[in-house]
Amino acid sequence: MTDATPTLPQVLQELRTAGMDSLRPTRPRIAVGTATCGLASGAADVLAALRDGVASRGLDALVTETGCIGYCQVEPIVDVLVPGYHRVLYSTMTPAKAEALLNSLAQGRIPAEDALCQIPMEGARRAGTNGSIPLLADVPFFASQVKTVTANCGFINPTSIEEYAAVGGFSALWKVLSQMSPEDVIEAVKASGLRGRGGAGFPTGRKWESCRRAESPDGIRYLICNADEGDPGAYMDRGLLEGSPYSVLEGMIIGAYAIGASQGYVYIRHEYPLARRLLENAIARAREVGLLGEDILGTGFSFDIEVSQGGGAFVCGESTALVASIEGRIGEPRDKQHLRTVQSGLFGRPTVLNNVETWANVPLIISNGPQWFASMGTRTSTGTKVFSLVGQVKNTGLIEVPMGMTLRQIIYELGGGPPDGKRLKAVQTGGPSGGCIPESLMDLPVDFDALSKAGSMMGSGGMIVMDEDTCMVDVAKYFMAFLMEESCGKCIPCREGVKRMHQILTDIAEGRASQQSLSLLEELAEVVQDASLCGLGKTAPNPVLSTIRHFRSEYEQHILDRRCPAGVCRALLRYSIDADLCKGCGACVDACPTGAISGELREAHSITQDLCIKCGSCFDVCPAKAVVRA
Amino acid sequence: MEHEIDQIIDRHGAKPTALMAILQDVQQAHGYLSEDALRRIAYRVGIEVPQIYGVATYYRSLRLKPPGRHSIVACMGTACHVRNSPRVLDALKQELGVEPGETTSDGLFSLDSVNCLGACALGPVVVVDGRYYARMTPLKARRLVQEYRQRVGKEAQK
Repeated sequence: MTDATPTLPQVLQELRTAGMDSLRPTRPRIAVGTATCGLASGAADVLAALRDGVASRGLDALVTETGCIGYCQVEPIVDVLVPGYHRVLYSTMTPAKAEALLNSLAQGRIPAEDALCQIPMEGARRAGTNGSIPLLADVPFFASQVKTVTANCGFINPTSIEEYAAVGGFSALWKVLSQMSPEDVIEAVKASGLRGRGGAGFPTGRKWESCRRAESPDGIRYLICNADEGDPGAYMDRGLLEGSPYSVLEGMIIGAYAIGASQGYVYIRHEYPLARRLLENAIARAREVGLLGEDILGTGFSFDIEVSQGGGAFVCGESTALVASIEGRIGEPRDKQHLRTVQSGLFGRPTVLNNVETWANVPLIISNGPQWFASMGTRTSTGTKVFSLVGQVKNTGLIEVPMGMTLRQIIYELGGGPPDGKRLKAVQTGGPSGGCIPESLMDLPVDFDALSKAGSMMGSGGMIVMDEDTCMVDVAKYFMAFLMEESCGKCIPCREGVKRMHQILTDIAEGRASQQSLSLLEELAEVVQDASLCGLGKTAPNPVLSTIRHFRSEYEQHILDRRCPAGVCRALLRYSIDADLCKGCGACVDACPTGAISGELREAHSITQDLCIKCGSCFDVCPAKAVVRA
Repeated sequence: MEHEIDQIIDRHGAKPTALMAILQDVQQAHGYLSEDALRRIAYRVGIEVPQIYGVATYYRSLRLKPPGRHSIVACMGTACHVRNSPRVLDALKQELGVEPGETTSDGLFSLDSVNCLGACALGPVVVVDGRYYARMTPLKARRLVQEYRQRVGKEAQK
């Protein structure tokens, strides 16, 4: 903080002191990552084991919860902070491992068993001996990451406003309210170069400025946080809301001050029940301490936030559809040409809509200065970006890296490449609006502009890695099925065009297509692109066009040779058993759901083709690799 | 029932902006949205019945039919897809004998698919009654259903 900032108001000082008590207690602090990924991996059992174990041993330790540090692959993660030492992360924990951990702690020892790494704390010592516990910076998954917006995820308790204050939370808000004009704030955001993290990449400061300047009949302006993270394969916003919800709120309050809004909304998707609970708790706590509501921190500025829950419609991430949904109408998009949200958005008033990650970046820009933010990333895409690195890659999870890092670095250095020595084939970015980028283009930098040139887009941050076992025709078909279901049906090019594209792709996948199918598919794609009403339709053909562009020969193999080289398209597959390799163990017989496999024990088995539904269960279980898929 | 619905409406305020929240909470309380419930909400909120029907059928999280005792949801996101979620869903369909959106004839299970639950690092994901199961395979999916069936059977014996 700068010297000119007036002393923190008492309420913030008190929150901070209380937060330090639980964040850096004088006894060991044991925090279990209980975000959705953690819970899916068994974190609740680990938490219960730790609570019971601490009580039964009479240990003087604090057991608490935290969000996800991003390495979802090795959840449940337990974060142990023994006073005087660095934080140590323990991975893939189980109740039994938790018991062992407590036994060591009870003996005053920080064990190296199951330790993933340690995170340096100021004024503290290294844990373990002779480097038995590596530093965070030595773990490939974390080494190249620059954690700013996710810095507190996996450390602070997301329900604790005190702990958020203790890591410097709300000091940006105080700086804004005590010494900056709304114009100063807008200028700072403009100077930072921050662009919308939801995918479109519109300059945030300019959006705010337009909204502030737009005329409102009664002076009312609204602000919305888009937490309708609908792109499949992307969960950055869930990670932030479950890990550090107060940073999103702080960004929104600052934004409200800048544009002159007194009411804000968070539109959160129905599929994120935990994020919603944590967000609602955060709003209630912020109200209790006077950080939301009337006369915030005694500055005369008033602003409040309401949560609006989506209904599971992908198109509601689109601004006009989202607005319609909050207003209680059917979430269908409207023509944007004549209707810009910044001028006439929610209830016909000027409205700023930014996504979760964008809002969470705002306090950092204010606290550290726009130059700090602009010094990260590339010239036109400043700052860091959170990505979900998922699919056929060894290390999966949420990562935060400076913009401009190459796909290759992300997939190989952080992700460790595809598992089981498989060959990397493509990476899918930008959700259903994006495309598949082939291995040959992996040296492209990831920013708002470079990936668009390759027929995809950076999008909101989903990065789904695909190896040789992924069929590109199947991927294109998958996205058309997705969009067919999610198209609102209002305009014909999208509603009918996507359906036809799906039909042609199904024909290709099932061996019924001809050479003309491909040109018809391309022609259709262009029409849908040109003639659809909203972003969903306009970008719907991208997964088709990008796969044809980069993987045309794979399409041709399906059409001409009736063959799916990746072994995915079921109609083109046939399973059989290699009699020479089969040991007759019977594993496939047990696995087969239709009883299609027969054979005596310890004799070669065979598959009755008429009964086979090509589910691949036998292929998965055969220990001798005797099941042949061709 | 009407009293309960009115309480939910009063909590959110009888206004169109609260419609989604009301529909979701009524569904939470009753398991689904009955015709009577929709009519009552429309009347209280001050919108026409066709309009509320439009909203209720537009969003896939809202259901107009009673659900099964256990809800099984299979994630069909991209990350789950490239890790074989279609085969996991096939296994669930076969084991339960229903398509997504349907309930088994014994009323025990309803099966649904969802376009992404955002637990992508752990795919394929299946959620049973709000509990997440990670890294599913067709075989694990079948066993999961069988486990729940046995559990129900044991409960019935008690």
